[in-house]
Amino acid sequence: MSVSKPLPHDSGHLHVQGTARYVDDIPSPQGTLHLAFGLSQIAHGRIAEIDLQPVRDAPGVVAVLEAGDLPHSNDVSPSVHDEPLLSGHSVHYVGQPVFLVVATSHLAARKAARMARIDYQPRDAILTIEEALDADARFEEGPRIWEKGDAEEAIDTAPHHVEGRIEMGGQEHFYLEGQAAMAWPQEGGDMLVMSSTQHPTEIQHKVAEAIGRPMHAVRVETRRMGGGFGGKESQGNALAVSCAVAARLTGKPCKMRYDRDDDMIITGKRHDFRIDYRAGFDSDGLLTGVDFIHYTRCGWAQDLSLPVADRAMLHSDNAYHLPAARIESHRLRTNTQSATAFRGFGGPQGMVGIERVMDHVAHELGLDPVLVRQRNFYAPASVLAQPASDVPKDNSPENNAEPPEAGVDLTSRGAVAASSQDAAVPNAGGAQTTPYGQPVEDFILHEMTESLMQSSDYAARRAKAAEWNAQNPILKRGIAMTPVKFGISFTLTHLNQAGALVHVYQDGSVHLNHGGTEMGQGLFLKVAQVAAARFGLPLEAVKITATDTAKVPNTSATAASSGSDLNGMAVKTACDEIAGRIAAHLAKLHQLPADAVTFAEGRVHVGEESYTFEEAAKLAYEARISLSATGFYKTPKVQWDRIKGQGRPFFYFAYGAAVSEVVIDTLTGEYRILRADILHDCGASLNPAIDIGQIEGGYVQGAGWLTTEELVWDDDGRLRTHAPSTYKIPAIGDVPEVFNVALWDGANREDTIYRSKAVGEPPFMLGISVLMALSDAVAACGTGYPALDAPATPERVLAAVQRVRDGV
Amino acid sequence: MNITFLLNGETVSTQAAPATATLLDWLRESRHLTGTKEGCNEGDCGACTVMVTDDQGTRALNACILLLPQLHGKALRTVEGLAENGVLHPVQKEMVDHHASQCGFCTPGFVIAMVTSHANGSTDHATALAGNLCRCTGYAPILRAAKAAEGQPIPGWLTIDRDYARTNSGATPSATVPEGQRPDASAEAAAALPGSSDALAALLLEQPDTTIIAGATDVGLWVTKKLRDLPRVAFLHRCRDLQQIEVSEESIRIGAAVTMDRVLTLMQKHHPSYASMIRRYGSAQVRAAATIGGNIANGSPIGDNPPALIALGATLHLRSGDVRRGMPIEAFFIDYGKQDRGPSEFVEAVTIPRQPDRLKCYKLSKRFDQDISAVCGCFNLTTKDSKIVEARIAFGGMAGTPKRATTLEQALIGQRWARETAEQAMSALDEDFAPLTDMRASATYRLDAARNMLLRYFLEDEAGLPAISEVRV
Repeated sequence: MSVSKPLPHDSGHLHVQGTARYVDDIPSPQGTLHLAFGLSQIAHGRIAEIDLQPVRDAPGVVAVLEAGDLPHSNDVSPSVHDEPLLSGHSVHYVGQPVFLVVATSHLAARKAARMARIDYQPRDAILTIEEALDADARFEEGPRIWEKGDAEEAIDTAPHHVEGRIEMGGQEHFYLEGQAAMAWPQEGGDMLVMSSTQHPTEIQHKVAEAIGRPMHAVRVETRRMGGGFGGKESQGNALAVSCAVAARLTGKPCKMRYDRDDDMIITGKRHDFRIDYRAGFDSDGLLTGVDFIHYTRCGWAQDLSLPVADRAMLHSDNAYHLPAARIESHRLRTNTQSATAFRGFGGPQGMVGIERVMDHVAHELGLDPVLVRQRNFYAPASVLAQPASDVPKDNSPENNAEPPEAGVDLTSRGAVAASSQDAAVPNAGGAQTTPYGQPVEDFILHEMTESLMQSSDYAARRAKAAEWNAQNPILKRGIAMTPVKFGISFTLTHLNQAGALVHVYQDGSVHLNHGGTEMGQGLFLKVAQVAAARFGLPLEAVKITATDTAKVPNTSATAASSGSDLNGMAVKTACDEIAGRIAAHLAKLHQLPADAVTFAEGRVHVGEESYTFEEAAKLAYEARISLSATGFYKTPKVQWDRIKGQGRPFFYFAYGAAVSEVVIDTLTGEYRILRADILHDCGASLNPAIDIGQIEGGYVQGAGWLTTEELVWDDDGRLRTHAPSTYKIPAIGDVPEVFNVALWDGANREDTIYRSKAVGEPPFMLGISVLMALSDAVAACGTGYPALDAPATPERVLAAVQRVRDGV
Repeated sequence: MNITFLLNGETVSTQAAPATATLLDWLRESRHLTGTKEGCNEGDCGACTVMVTDDQGTRALNACILLLPQLHGKALRTVEGLAENGVLHPVQKEMVDHHASQCGFCTPGFVIAMVTSHANGSTDHATALAGNLCRCTGYAPILRAAKAAEGQPIPGWLTIDRDYARTNSGATPSATVPEGQRPDASAEAAAALPGSSDALAALLLEQPDTTIIAGATDVGLWVTKKLRDLPRVAFLHRCRDLQQIEVSEESIRIGAAVTMDRVLTLMQKHHPSYASMIRRYGSAQVRAAATIGGNIANGSPIGDNPPALIALGATLHLRSGDVRRGMPIEAFFIDYGKQDRGPSEFVEAVTIPRQPDRLKCYKLSKRFDQDISAVCGCFNLTTKDSKIVEARIAFGGMAGTPKRATTLEQALIGQRWARETAEQAMSALDEDFAPLTDMRASATYRLDAARNMLLRYFLEDEAGLPAISEVRV
C-alpha cells in the first residue's frame, strides 16, 4: 500500500533538473505580450492629473489601460468588491496599481510603467494602529467580542495578575516564485488562464467578471506554484485578471509576472498585531481568567482580514483551558498593502498572545514556564468517555443558507457566511471547552510534551543553561518549550468540501484530478498515494495532473491546511466508485460476492483467481462499464457562528510541541538558535517524509517571522523592506545545528483520510518556541520581565536586555 | 559585441546586445533554458545560480546580475547540463532521495551551488549555500543531501568545461575593438573589454563617462532594478594586472579587480577576523564576482571592506592616464555619494601595511549570513606595556561614509588597555557619529552596539570571550 510510505516528491526529479514548469516557464506563443503595473507613489490621496503619453510613447508599448478602459468589472477583491484592479482617481497605498502597461517584452513593460507623470493631491494617510483607532478606520462596525464566563471578575478576584502588551510584525511570504499568470484568448471570447494560484476557482470567477462572460467561458489551470504560503490565495487575482483583460483587448496571449520588488510592494502580507493582555492566576500559575484585546492592521482593503482576525481569536487559548476569557478584536483599516492569508491565517498571532501570557505568568511566579504551560493544558483525551460514534454524523447547516447576492464569490474565505443554525455543540464526553464552546476531545499534549521533555533532555539542559549563565556575563542562553493546538477546517463552513475526477484507461493507467493545488507541500503526491492504494497500484500507474477548473468545479482554495483532508477523501470516494464497479463486474463473472474482489500489488483478486489491473480494466471496458467517476467530500460535524463566537468551527485539532535553545550576545543583541527538538502530530501520516518536510520548513519559517523578518514602513507609508537585500528570511546558517524532528505515533480520532492529520500550517507555530527561548535568555540578564516584541531583531533583544537589567 | 562561450558543453556565439543584457534573461528568453529561475533579480536569493569555469577555477555565480560579455571564453553550466546520459548528478540524486525539494523553485540554484562545491571538493555547505534562499524546507534536508553527495564521483563534463576555459578564457571577443581604442559605436551600448589597466586608463581618458563594470554585483542592479541604460561600459575581467595580489615584507597589495573570494582566502592568513567578516559578506556567488575595488569605489557607507581597510591603515591607489596617486583610504570617502575620484580616474589597488594582527571586525546585521551591515566596526589597537600607543578604529553604517572614530581613538591612546578604559572611552563615539535611523536599525541601537563593540574587543583580546557563532549547544 502506497499510503504511509516516505515516497519522494512526485516532481523531485524534475525540480533537480530544472524541468519542472512554472507559469513563466511555459513556452509562450509568438506575439505574446507582457504586462506591468504603474504604481501609486503616495499612501493616500487623489490623482489630480495623470499623463500617460510618455508611457504610450515608450519603446515596445502596445496599450496602456486605466480604470475607465476596463470593459467590465474593475474588481479583484476576494470578499467585498472593495479592491479595484486599477485605482481610478483615488489611491490608498504606496504600490497600488494605477494603470496597466501592455508591451512586447517584460522589460519594456517595466520600463514604460515608470514613465507616467502623475500629480497627486495627498490626503492624510492612516498608517499605524493608533492613527486607525483615532480615525475609527476599521472593517466591520466595531470590534468583535467573544466571551466565556466573566473574565473581568475572574481576573480581579485571582491572587495574582499580569498585564502587558506584545507587538508582532507582519511577514512577507517570500514565495521564491513571484506572482505570475498568463492568458490565452480562445475562440468565441473564451479564455484559458495559467495562474500561479492556490485558488483556481477564484481566478476563474474574477476573470469571468472582468471579461463579462459566465464562468464556463474561463478555464484556469495550475500545475504547480513555486511556493504559496497563503500569498497566492487572493493575491494572484490582479495578474490573471490583467492578462485576461489585455488578452481580450489585443487578441494576443498575455503574460504578467511581478518583479520581486513590485511583488513585495504591491501584495499583501501577514497581518501585524498588537495584543494587550490581562490575566489572573493562582500561585501554581493556573489561569482563572484572561482578557485579550487584538488590534490588527488589515491594510486598505478587506481581502480575507475578517476570517484572519477571527482565527486569531480562535487561537487565543492555544493549548490551555481558559475558565473565563474575553477576546476583543479590532480590524483596522490602514493605507498600507491589504494584509492577506499567510500560513496559520491569524492563528499564530493569537497563539503568540497566550504564549506571552504563559511566559509572563511563569516569570512572575519564578516557575519553570513548562510547568505553568502543562498545568494549564486542556484535560487529556484519555480521560474522556469514548464518544465519536454517538455524535451526529453531520451537523452542517445545509438548508438555511440564504441565497447569495449576485456576483458574490462563494468560494472565497472572504465570502459572507450563511447564518448558522443555533444548534448546541454535542459534548458527549463532557470535555473542557474552548472559549468558543468547542469541546476539546482529542487533547494529546500531556503525553506529547512528556515525551518531548525526555527526548530533548529538557530538564538537564535547562539546569545546564542556568549554570552557564551564572558563569557567563556577556553571552546568555535560553531554552523554552511551546505547544501547538491548531484547529483544522475552514471557519467558513461551506468551504469544507472538495471534488475529484478519476479516470481509469483501458490499459489500466489512472488519470487523477482534484481541486487541490500543488505549491510544494506534496499534496499531489499524498493524494496520488491515496488513489494508488485504493487500486492496489504502484504510484507510477497514477498520473498526477494539473488543477483544472474544467475538470473539477467550484473548488475551495488550497488553504487552511485542508488540502489532503478534503481532496484525499474526495479522490478516495471516486476511486471507491470505480473500484466498486470493477469489483461488481468481476464478481458477477465469477459468481462471487463483490467483497470477494480485492485490489493489491497491481492485481485484482477474485476469489482464487486474479487479473492484472490492466486486464480488469479491459474487461470492465468491454462490458460497457464506466471507468470514470467524480468524487465528493464534505467535512462532517462542523458548525460555526462567527458573530456569537460559538460553535464547532473545527473538525479536529492538530498538535505539536517544540523545545528551542538559543544563545544571545548581550552586547549587541545578536543570537543563534543552537538546538531544536520537535514532536509533531500528523495522525497516521500519509507520507512521513513529506510531513517531516512540512514540520522542518514550518518551524524555520515561524522562527523567521519572530526573529529576523522585519517589515519596515517609513512615515510616508512606503515599504522600505521590499527585496531580499533588506527583508531577511532565514538562510541556511540560521538553522539550528541540532535539529531533531519526530512524528507522534497516533491516529486521528476523527475519521479523516486514513486517519491522518493536516500538516500545512500547524508546524509554523512551533517557531514560537524560539521567541520564548530568547525571552528566557534575556530574562537571565536581570530581574525585569523581557516583554520581548517580535520580530525579535538583535535591536529588540538588546533593548530588552537593557530593560531587564534596569529591572523594569 | 559578439561573444563566444561553452554552454553545457556546446560552443555558442551570440550578440550581447545590449552589452548589459543579463545572462538570466538570455538563458530564459533566447535559449528557452528555463531551469535557471528568477527569484529576486538582484543577486540575493540564488535561484538563478549558474556554474562558470574559467582559467582560475569553477565558481557559482548569480545569472541575474551577470552580464553576457563577462562570460566570453568561459564555460557555463546550467541545471539542464548536469545529468549525463540521463543519469542524474550525485547531488541531484541525493536531493531527490533526501526530500530536499518542495516547491522546487529554488532547487536548480541550490543544485548548481552544491554541484560547484562538489566539483571543488568543498564540504563547508553552510558557507557555500548561504546565498541560496529556500522558503519551504527549512534547509535541513538540503544539508543532509549535500553531506550525502560528498566524495561521490564527479561527472566527466567538468573536464570538458575546464579544458575549454583553459584554452579560451583569455580570448578576445571577435567584435571587440583593439585595446585602448574607441569602442564599437554601432553596438547598442558601447562596450569595451580592455585587456590591461593601461588600456583601461587610455579608454577612460578618452571616454570619461564610461561605467566601469568589474563583478557587476552593484552595476547589475542599476540594470535590473533601476532600469538604467548604460550608454558606455567597460568590463574589467580581462585586465589581469588588476587581479594581482602581491605580498611583500612591507605590504600586501591587492589589485582593484581581485574578487572577494580571493580576498577572503588571503585574509585568512593575515587577518583572520577580517576573513570571518568577509565570509558573511554577500554570498559565495557574490564574493566570486564582487571585487574589492568595486566595494571601495562605489563609496557605499555600508560596504564592509572600507572600515577594515581603514583600521589596517591601508593606502588606496588611483590612476588617471599615466598619473597615479595614493591616499589613506579614509580620505577617499568625502561625503555620502561623493568620493575623491576624478573623471577618467579609477581605483587601481589597495595596499595594506604588514603588521602584527590585532584587527577585529564586527559585522552587525539582522541576519547572520548574507545581510548588509547595520553597523560594521573594525578595531586595531597597538599596545605597549599594556598601554595603548596606537588606535585605528573605523565604522561602516554610522555615517554617510565609512569613517574613522577619531575621538574614540584619541580617548584611548595613552590609556592603559583595561576594561574601565574601554567602558569610559566608548562614549566618545557619540562625538564621532550621529547615525541615521533606517530599515536596518535605529540610531540609538547603532550607537549602543558600536560602543559595546569596543568592550567586546577588549573582552576577546583579554578574556577570550567567544564570538556568538562559536557557541555550541
